[in-house]
Amino acid sequence: MIMNKYTLYGGTLAFGIFAPILFPAYVSQITVLWLMVVFALTWDIMGGQMGYNSLGNILFFGVGMYVCAIVQVGLHYDVAEYTAFSGAVQVHFTTSQYFSGLILGTIAAAFVSSLVAVVFGWIVFGLRGPYFAIGTLGVAIAAGELMGAWDYVGGGGGMSLPGFPGESDGSAFFYVIMFTLAVATFLFLRWLYASRFSLAINAIRDDEEKAEGMGIQTNRYKTVAWSISAFFLGISGAIFGNMTGFIEPLEVAFPTVTFGIFMVLMALLGGKGTLWGPVIGAILFHIIKEITWTYLLGWQWVALGALIVVNVVFFQQGIVGWVQEKWPEKFGIEVDEQLGIEEDSQTETAK
Amino acid sequence: MSTRRMFLSALAFGVATAGLIATGPASAKVEGDTIVLGSAISFTGKYSSNGIHAKNGYNLAVKRINEMGGVKVGGKAYKMKIIYYDDESTPARGAQLAERLIKQDGVKFMLGPYSSGLTKAIAPVTEKHKIPMVESEGAARSLFSQGYKYLFAVLSTSEQYLASSVALAAKLNMKKGKKPGDITVAMAFENDPFSLDVRAGVVEDIKKHGLKIVVDDKLPRDLSDMTATLTKVRALKPDLLVVSGHSKGAATAARQIKELKINVPMIAMTHCESSKIVNKYGSSVDGILCPTQWSETLPNKDSTFGSAMDYDKTFKATYEGYEKGVPYQSAQASAAVMVWKDAFERAQSFDVEKVRDALAATNMSTFYGNIKFSPAGNNIAKPMFLRQIQDGKYHVVAPLDKATHPVEWPRVPK
Amino acid sequence: MRLFERIIMLDNISLLGMAPFLNVQLLLDGLLIGSLFALSAYGLALVWGVMNVKNLAQGDFVIMGGYIAVVFARNGIHPIIALPIAAIVMFAFGWLLYITIIKRVIERDLFTSLLATFGIAIVLAQGLNLAFGPDVQVAESGFKTLVLFDGNVTVSQAKLVAFGLAAILAIGLVTFMKKSRMGQAIRATSQDARAAKVMGIDTEKVYAFTFSLNAAICGAAGVLIAMVWVIQPFFGITHSIRSFVIVTAAGFGNLPGVIIAGLGLGAMEQFSGFILGAEFQQATVVGVLIGVLIWRQVQQHKHRQVVQ
Repeated sequence: MIMNKYTLYGGTLAFGIFAPILFPAYVSQITVLWLMVVFALTWDIMGGQMGYNSLGNILFFGVGMYVCAIVQVGLHYDVAEYTAFSGAVQVHFTTSQYFSGLILGTIAAAFVSSLVAVVFGWIVFGLRGPYFAIGTLGVAIAAGELMGAWDYVGGGGGMSLPGFPGESDGSAFFYVIMFTLAVATFLFLRWLYASRFSLAINAIRDDEEKAEGMGIQTNRYKTVAWSISAFFLGISGAIFGNMTGFIEPLEVAFPTVTFGIFMVLMALLGGKGTLWGPVIGAILFHIIKEITWTYLLGWQWVALGALIVVNVVFFQQGIVGWVQEKWPEKFGIEVDEQLGIEEDSQTETAK
Repeated sequence: MSTRRMFLSALAFGVATAGLIATGPASAKVEGDTIVLGSAISFTGKYSSNGIHAKNGYNLAVKRINEMGGVKVGGKAYKMKIIYYDDESTPARGAQLAERLIKQDGVKFMLGPYSSGLTKAIAPVTEKHKIPMVESEGAARSLFSQGYKYLFAVLSTSEQYLASSVALAAKLNMKKGKKPGDITVAMAFENDPFSLDVRAGVVEDIKKHGLKIVVDDKLPRDLSDMTATLTKVRALKPDLLVVSGHSKGAATAARQIKELKINVPMIAMTHCESSKIVNKYGSSVDGILCPTQWSETLPNKDSTFGSAMDYDKTFKATYEGYEKGVPYQSAQASAAVMVWKDAFERAQSFDVEKVRDALAATNMSTFYGNIKFSPAGNNIAKPMFLRQIQDGKYHVVAPLDKATHPVEWPRVPK
Repeated sequence: MRLFERIIMLDNISLLGMAPFLNVQLLLDGLLIGSLFALSAYGLALVWGVMNVKNLAQGDFVIMGGYIAVVFARNGIHPIIALPIAAIVMFAFGWLLYITIIKRVIERDLFTSLLATFGIAIVLAQGLNLAFGPDVQVAESGFKTLVLFDGNVTVSQAKLVAFGLAAILAIGLVTFMKKSRMGQAIRATSQDARAAKVMGIDTEKVYAFTFSLNAAICGAAGVLIAMVWVIQPFFGITHSIRSFVIVTAAGFGNLPGVIIAGLGLGAMEQFSGFILGAEFQQATVVGVLIGVLIWRQVQQHKHRQVVQ
């Protein structure tokens, strides 16, 4: 069993390291793959582990994107002037300016996103179940609109980001960053899910009233969990904004009906509440998305929407869940032959 | 961990690899004796009417150039061809499609999309891949402040669009004895780079002349309704109404001004010709001022299309529905293709860098106007013109040295 | 430039004070369109109350109905004739959706129904986009504009007709629910499904009927909206959120409450669009949603405390 586990880790790592070398034409596509992994993992903290299904996590993605952009431009030029459409100030960034801006911007993105999570958490954590989902969806949609009305960042016209300096187009650089982010998120969550923190949030998922009754300060845990999600999402947004070169509120920063819902779908597809589930779901989903884009073009979104429905209705436990149910012994789950009751695989933090 | 899980992951990666291979790149820049250009353009969505005007312009130029012997490079004659994708008037989709054109279809020479917003989204993509793009439909100044080296625009930038209308309003009203601070302006703009750039230019001019803004609205995203603004206009009775929302905005404005019986002494709108408001609303749009990049009455000419009037005739003969006028969007699209031909022939090569340098050195006269690119990529050799709809026809009223008719003011709705 | 915007906003408010007719205009427009919001919200209340399904595809059903009207109008048939036809088509569509998808998600947890309907919403929106393109459409009804108060207030005849039809539909629905057997069965099931089953009511059929009825109501509302406003494939989600706001504010069984909330939301949107600007319209709806959700939560919390 140990050998198999390491094979999984090894396989992913090998793919991550060698794929860009073997397939240089697809570097940006594989970069997006790692982005999807981050999306799925960060959603699962809230949805799978804690039972708070958020439809608006994309909020942090967009916030991170804009914060980083503001920092990157703002360090050297007046942002309002830059986006002011009036003589739009000529910009030029040296290599050191670009990278220092990028690093500072990313750090700022991470912390501001976490802060946003704390603030919004205070507002929406009173809501339960589907109200939480709808409320977060509404917040993400409104954020897109409000950002589009904020002239400081260019409003509906969006904002161009500094170009990657030098001869290279930066794709290798961004690949490494995104892959590292995905790995870091995964490792962090692996540590987190083995700690007492995860027991607490699982308790919230299973029965929040009881958890409160047991003395768990649910609000604190909820806020911390969401801030963790926001932290990594903010960074991913900052990186993605730089990869795209031009950010715009409704389609790029806060795409609620695409990226926003993909987060949920990927975690469900792979199996929510597990560690590897979101990763596998993300990989599979991304492949399906790329293939439908190539061959179906206009029909891609219809196909993906149908996938959500099929997944939710017929295959809710996801791949990992399905595997766990079919071969429970492999996961260390005991099946009591006499009672014929299986331990609920969802409550096991299997790897 | 189970072998099943390992199998699943192996399957996942196998599919991944297969998927990647399946989505591989196809043909390259020149297929046989055909130069392949690419463009993501709006066939559907709020910019579709202008996207189609631009496409017609691109196609007409390609047809004409091919008929006249094609592009001559290295002693051989090459035809031109364009691959199109529909960006649905959505910037993110436009960027994706541009990436697809470059990476999967192997296009090395790009033509621009319609609108500044889409051009702004696509420019980072072409810049990243070092693919030159000659665009003819993105006028926002912010496009030319990024230091892009592979972007070239044949049209005049947006701040020049409505500037002269503000000056005109100031002049005419002050002649009647009004103080600048009492001359009021109402404006409605689309929330996109082009219109916001136009707005910035207008606001600058208003400040310069000391006029007063009483309505400053953004049009709704779908540009289908501006009753909120017009209700305010009816109540406040401004001296000048300014609207910029591409063709859709102009059509909505013209329609609702007529429906709600709005009476403002001077109205200036962008995109009048391409929205065909004269066709649709007849005499009710008389008196509206319309900035234009090109007019068929101008004395330009070149060897491909002849004079501006010749182009006008050829276009009308090729495409239906343009009896009332050929929009400048089509003219500048044709000009963009001509720029490509000229660059190929000067570079005498299809090497991308050499062609890019040839583009940067462009200095040509066309039926559309003179084209010479600044280091930032915009055309600095051609001015904007202001026209007024008089008796269902467009007449140049500014700048005065090119004006054919005087301005009719104040506007009396019919 | 930010200061500029704030000044303009205050100017807009003072404009309302100076010209009372503007208030009448905005209020009138708001109430007339709010009646259509109330209609589709009532459908959502039905589905939610009876089956506990939170239908995020509500708005997309409305848009579908709207497109049926558009197709009719394009072919020269007056959209009002499309009303009953759209209702029937959407009823059948709803039934189909029920037996393929909804049936399986009723028993599951609440998030599942939400997500399943969201998936349906995406498929519908993208499908409509492929079929009709992303341009906004209107079902041309040829109605004129009435001018009142010396030209200061304009009312489109189409909006009045739509209001009237919405009222007729609402009365029809209420009568149906009170008098007909199926209506009574629906009400019984919503109160206590198990008891209803025991009493011999085929709850499966009730569920299917309720869901299909909702789809039909949305289809009818969509026809009216296409006549007086605009539709576009991706406008669905905003309509869904509107319905949610209204139902959450008014509660399920409360038809008068739904009507008032619907009218109120319509008026609120018109005023905020005027004062703040068109770009804030969606944000306003969401803001109201969050406000209502939190207010509800506070109410429930207080209730819990009192009970304890």
